[in-house]
Amino acid sequence: MISTTDKKNINLTLKIWRQKGPDNKGNLETYHANDISTDMSFLEMIDVINERLTLEGKDPVAFDHDCREGICGMCGAMINGRAHGPEKGTTLCQLHMRHFADGDTIVIEPWRSRAFKIIKDLAVDRSPLDKIIQAGGYISVNAGQAPDANAIPIPQETAETAMDAAECIGCGACVASCPNASAMLFVGARISHLALLPQGKPEAAKRVQVMINEMDELLFGNCSNHRECEAECPKEISITNIARLNREFIKSGFF
Amino acid sequence: MQLDAKIPGGPLTEKWDKYHFDMKLVSPANKKKLDIIVIGTGLAGASASATLAELGYNIKSFCLQDSPRRAHSIAAQGGINAAKNYSNDGDSIWRLFYDTIKGGDFRSREANVYRLAQISNNIIDHCVAQGVPFARDYGGLLANRSFGGAQVSRTFYSRGQTGQQLLLGAYGGLMRQVADGKIKMFPRREILDFVLVNNKARGIVVRNLITGKIETHAADAIVLGAGGYINTFFLSTNAMTSNVTAAFRAYEKGACFANPCFTQIHPTCIPVHGTHQSKLTLMSESLRNDGRVWVPKTPGDKRSLNQIPESERDYYLENRYPAFGNLVPRDVASRNAKMQCDMGKGVGKTGLAVCLDFDDAIKRDGKDVIRKKYGNLFQMYEKITGDNPYESPMMIYPAAHYAMGGLWVDYNLMSTIPGLFVIGEANFSDHGANRLGASALMQGLGDGYFILPYTIGGYLAGTSMQKVTADDPEFKDAAKKSESRINSLLSINGKRTVDDFHKELGSILWEHCGMSRNNEKLLRAQNLIRELREEFWKNVIVPGSGKEFNQSLERAGRVADFLEFGELIVIDALARKESCGSHFNEAYQTEENEAKRNDKDFCHVAAWEFAGENKEPVFHKEPLAFENVELSQRSYK
Repeated sequence: MISTTDKKNINLTLKIWRQKGPDNKGNLETYHANDISTDMSFLEMIDVINERLTLEGKDPVAFDHDCREGICGMCGAMINGRAHGPEKGTTLCQLHMRHFADGDTIVIEPWRSRAFKIIKDLAVDRSPLDKIIQAGGYISVNAGQAPDANAIPIPQETAETAMDAAECIGCGACVASCPNASAMLFVGARISHLALLPQGKPEAAKRVQVMINEMDELLFGNCSNHRECEAECPKEISITNIARLNREFIKSGFF
Repeated sequence: MQLDAKIPGGPLTEKWDKYHFDMKLVSPANKKKLDIIVIGTGLAGASASATLAELGYNIKSFCLQDSPRRAHSIAAQGGINAAKNYSNDGDSIWRLFYDTIKGGDFRSREANVYRLAQISNNIIDHCVAQGVPFARDYGGLLANRSFGGAQVSRTFYSRGQTGQQLLLGAYGGLMRQVADGKIKMFPRREILDFVLVNNKARGIVVRNLITGKIETHAADAIVLGAGGYINTFFLSTNAMTSNVTAAFRAYEKGACFANPCFTQIHPTCIPVHGTHQSKLTLMSESLRNDGRVWVPKTPGDKRSLNQIPESERDYYLENRYPAFGNLVPRDVASRNAKMQCDMGKGVGKTGLAVCLDFDDAIKRDGKDVIRKKYGNLFQMYEKITGDNPYESPMMIYPAAHYAMGGLWVDYNLMSTIPGLFVIGEANFSDHGANRLGASALMQGLGDGYFILPYTIGGYLAGTSMQKVTADDPEFKDAAKKSESRINSLLSINGKRTVDDFHKELGSILWEHCGMSRNNEKLLRAQNLIRELREEFWKNVIVPGSGKEFNQSLERAGRVADFLEFGELIVIDALARKESCGSHFNEAYQTEENEAKRNDKDFCHVAAWEFAGENKEPVFHKEPLAFENVELSQRSYK
């Protein structure tokens, strides 16, 4: 089904997870999506279904989304068991229907993790990721304290490696893809970004400890090197960042 | 109502410093006793929340999304301007000030813009200290690039994700204060109303989007940083939830709305492909540094783009504007693209697109260099269109992108409601009739980190406050009103969906009040919007209830406000009988089809005061005085 099709419009069968609220039981419901233009994005395809459900007096499918250009991290669902669908390095809003074939059946489910409670249908509560950042995922500087921006040169390669990690959009696909529902890639990305830069070094030891503690407390699992997170990350963040997280953690014990 | 911009006296270069010193201060002990509500967590809102909390105030911060990190500032791609002159190419605070004033076609305040240019450098310092990974040269110092509307390289950037990195910096600062207990964060909340006590802004009514519960919150001052209103056009580069509701409620409560017709149509977006399209995607303006814009010389040329030989291509921007070439400001680039397509020279299936060609750049610099500069943008383009821009030219077309207009504010960034401050894209103050590239990030962060935190102190120190709680009758009344509006939306039970109405509103505005306007079309638009609004309240269908997570209801509330606000855009466009920047009225143009200003009659800010439902708003004029720059016909030739 990952083949690119030349046909303009396709017909699909969708099996979508419907769940009224966090305490209700959910189930997969079947919908037919006919005459879907392959130029549409996946979310535009769900828009079409929702317009139809609304006119039929039924409850449209709830799903989170916002920028629809792959950067806000608000959207995301498991598409045939894969976070954000079959295309590599792609958020769900940037997945286009040209990657599906006429007659395909597509199973659409919310992120699954003990830490992310379902709000409704495909929308989940990802506030635990904010809590991890609150624990220490920043550099403590007040407005007005900074020296001139060019006072500390940073080798280009270091800045680029930090930027590779900083690209994380906090969508939670890594957690949803991990068999342990671990947030190690998310935490590793933030830790790497800040620990690589000279500005982030004074707090590096404390930061890694408090963020890992918080992650554990919020019921995220541990990393056991399945690498599913790296495979499904829409920003293709490397698990090198998990290695760096572990290194920073071990280092932090010596001080 | 008398508009007083409170612009300090003295020479331009000394106004802010002097004003700063003259302002009253709130003592650290008293700051702890003061509560401030901040609405929105984009660059302006997040930076304001963090900085106010650092100063010692108690902050309640509200956003629509599930996390403050997702506000639409995150999607800004290209960069942020500052007058550091690290490129040694002749930049200065004065030049950044002048470029911004000129770029805005002389419809912004000198004092505000100068202040912005002054603090631009502090913003870069602070962001670097926060760990924002800006691009660097091999020596490890910060890199700069040039951007539309400027002849110097003053734009700092993080690949094509500058907005994301700056926002994550501000978000980090905000999260730090949440952990310290100085900020209480309220995500997934929609602003439904403002509460005024003794004519001062003292609170808000919000809807908890998960439970549907209506909540009230009180404070000593309110900061509104809820972004711009360009989603009134339905198809725009803004995020799906970007809306005008909070700003419109403020307008209804007495905050004047300034220059709503100044709507920026960005020249480099991916063209519309079909009727199911939900939004348009911007391709960063930085692409115009290396991409060359062209159309076929012959109208109706349907050959594939690579088959059109060099001699039959019209590089219309380079030919018409030799000094700036492909880097002319956005309004000029957009209008020219439309003109070419109107002549039948547009490319692609719809004929509503022009080429942005990297062939020469790739031949000159090699594929790797181009990939390093724009790799993520090329990838995004290919994902959306299925075409590879390394092989054949990109096709682009203008799309609604940014609102220069916004709630009127004085030099303190305070609206005409005492105690209601407006920052970032939500206010009108700095970009005039056209915003230059990489200036929005500068303004959002400038307002939040370095202007508002001081000016709000001046207000709080000089104002006596009575005690107010969120259970007072004013709050209960406002909550009841919001609830009954929700119930009316739910009870209409008509036959057209919310999106259907929004799409129609968008196409009315795009056709009649877009890149090229005339009186006849504007009058028609006004009638069409009124009819559509009437139909909306009779025939919209909103499923579900108000006591649950109900995204249709959220959209219905926003679209109801877009339908009111859309008319205000048209009213303002009708009243401004000149062309300037983004506002192009066909009746006012030079012989070369450029915007022709009328400085004698329209060198002012148009501020509209709400007069009641279905009544014409009241017009107020803030004259713009130019003491330091000479008003000239903008020329990029």
